[in-house]
Amino acid sequence: MLLIDCPYCEQERAEIEFTCSGEAHMQKPQNADDAQWEKFLFLRANTKGVHYERWYHVHGCGRYFNAARDTISDKFLLTYKAGLPKPELPNE
Amino acid sequence: MTRFSFPSLVRHAFGGDKGWDQQWAKPEPKASYDVIIIGAGGHGLAAAYYLAKEHNITNVAVLEKGWLGGGNTARNTTVIRSNYLYDESANLYNHALCLWEGLSQELNYNLMFSQRGVMMLAHSEHEVQLYKRHVHANRLNGVDNEWLNVEQAKDFCPPLNISPDVRYPVMGAALQRRGGTARHDGVAWGYARGASTRGVHIIENCEVLGINRHADGSVSGVETSRGTIGASKIAISAAAHSSQLMNMAGLDVPLECFTLQALVSEPVAPVFPCVIASNTVHAYISQSDKGELVIGAGTEQYVSYAQRGPLHTVEHTLAAICEMFPMFTRMKMLRNWGGCVDVTPDRSPILGKTPIQGLYLNAGWGTGGFKATPGAGHLLAHTIAKDAPHEINAPFSLSRFQTGRLIDEAAAAAVAH
Ligand SMILES: Cc1cc2nc3c(=O)[nH]c(=O)nc-3n(C[C@H](O)[C@H](O)[C@H](O)COP(=O)(O)OP(=O)(O)OC[C@H]3O[C@@H](n4cnc5c(N)ncnc54)[C@H](O)[C@@H]3O)c2cc1C
Ligand SMILES: [Zn+2]
Repeated sequence: MLLIDCPYCEQERAEIEFTCSGEAHMQKPQNADDAQWEKFLFLRANTKGVHYERWYHVHGCGRYFNAARDTISDKFLLTYKAGLPKPELPNE
Repeated sequence: MTRFSFPSLVRHAFGGDKGWDQQWAKPEPKASYDVIIIGAGGHGLAAAYYLAKEHNITNVAVLEKGWLGGGNTARNTTVIRSNYLYDESANLYNHALCLWEGLSQELNYNLMFSQRGVMMLAHSEHEVQLYKRHVHANRLNGVDNEWLNVEQAKDFCPPLNISPDVRYPVMGAALQRRGGTARHDGVAWGYARGASTRGVHIIENCEVLGINRHADGSVSGVETSRGTIGASKIAISAAAHSSQLMNMAGLDVPLECFTLQALVSEPVAPVFPCVIASNTVHAYISQSDKGELVIGAGTEQYVSYAQRGPLHTVEHTLAAICEMFPMFTRMKMLRNWGGCVDVTPDRSPILGKTPIQGLYLNAGWGTGGFKATPGAGHLLAHTIAKDAPHEINAPFSLSRFQTGRLIDEAAAAAVAH
């Protein structure tokens, strides 16, 4: 079970309180053509390594936030509030 | 290579079974091939086999970063069925099922293909309607599928608990009698043997690290951990790593990788006659010929290459299994593992050409591509040989995510097998 630090609750809580809502920092295009819609709706980074993604604290504060997580180890590197830009990663 | 037959078994038995030759060769990579297939899973090996057998293209290499059949081919729960909803999918999966039916004989390899029936349970009025719709759609497509009421479902699978007092009582079931299971390793080994005999090079411990291109954009070969290898046609058939390989060629793809878990129990006497799947409670189960219960869980929701998943998912699945089949409550589970499955937004695979000349893609089979192994290989071989998709895989193009012609099988594929 993953432990996830909700940046709103400021608490580390068990994975079962959360759902993952997919890749973060996706920008909805304006006046898009088919290729831009495809990019926005369907094309994903699917990174093997550090992945930026949205999480939803559904059984908690009920808010969305973002996380940087290593998809090889599943380890959370950091979480941050929705709306903030992609942060610098801490040096290990 | 000796064919397996009754006389050859007897002859080798008298020799203490010491005289069997290697089932496939282990050649050194050549400088170039006509076709390179990346990934020696069941799909890639099948494609190589059909390229050689049906298209006379034998100057082929299958490059594998690990060992052949060591990917999801080795990690799946071997459920085979073709009762998908849409015409395109029914054609695709039924093409594979038809190939399965003669495959042990064709490959001269015992795939332990067993058409014991796949029964999918309905636990709500909504699911009853949905499955009936599936049954009708399948029958119009010539795919066998029949609706069973609760008593008929119980007759078909006596261990099933049909009590109305459980959390999700069974309200009926859709049964595909032609569905079943097969030996996962056997398929990879059988195709490897068939391809190798026809001259295909299967090169293990050879990771593809880059895809090389000519000035005009078309592919010229690959960079690998064992050097540069040339080819004018390259097919990516690497399941969970397909998106990375596509990235190497500069293309983004609509694929995300998630963990899918399974587990097996201690072996017991034959007690479970068929395959049972339930979308509502996220569980499916069958019994292997060795006697182990083979149980599959639901997919995780976050991108992961870890090949392991959380225990709470497995617990949820086992709770459902125990409620559906109370006689299993004291079974001991022996092994649990996770695989990394490549999933598309519409839960249908991508099988066809790419925007790059000479580059082909077979991926996105997600939680359910084992059943498609012969069909995917057969159609990929056709697509490579003709440089055009077969009519069966034409709808499964990469471009459908731009045109919007999705084939939404989320309902048929919701339970992960
Ligand atoms: C737990 C679990 C249960 C499942 N249950 C079922 C089921 O019941 N029924 C069903 O139909 N399907 C099921 N599936 C899905 C099924 O396993 C897959 O769809 C299918 O096996 C894919 O076959 P493949 O040959 O494409 O992939 P794989 O067997 O994964 O082969 C891909 C190969 O590519 C290699 N590769 C990757 N990157 C590189 C590289 N850079 N260079 C060289 N080689 C590379 C890999 O090492 C691997 O051997 C299940 C999957 C899992 C994980
Ligand atoms: Zn919170």
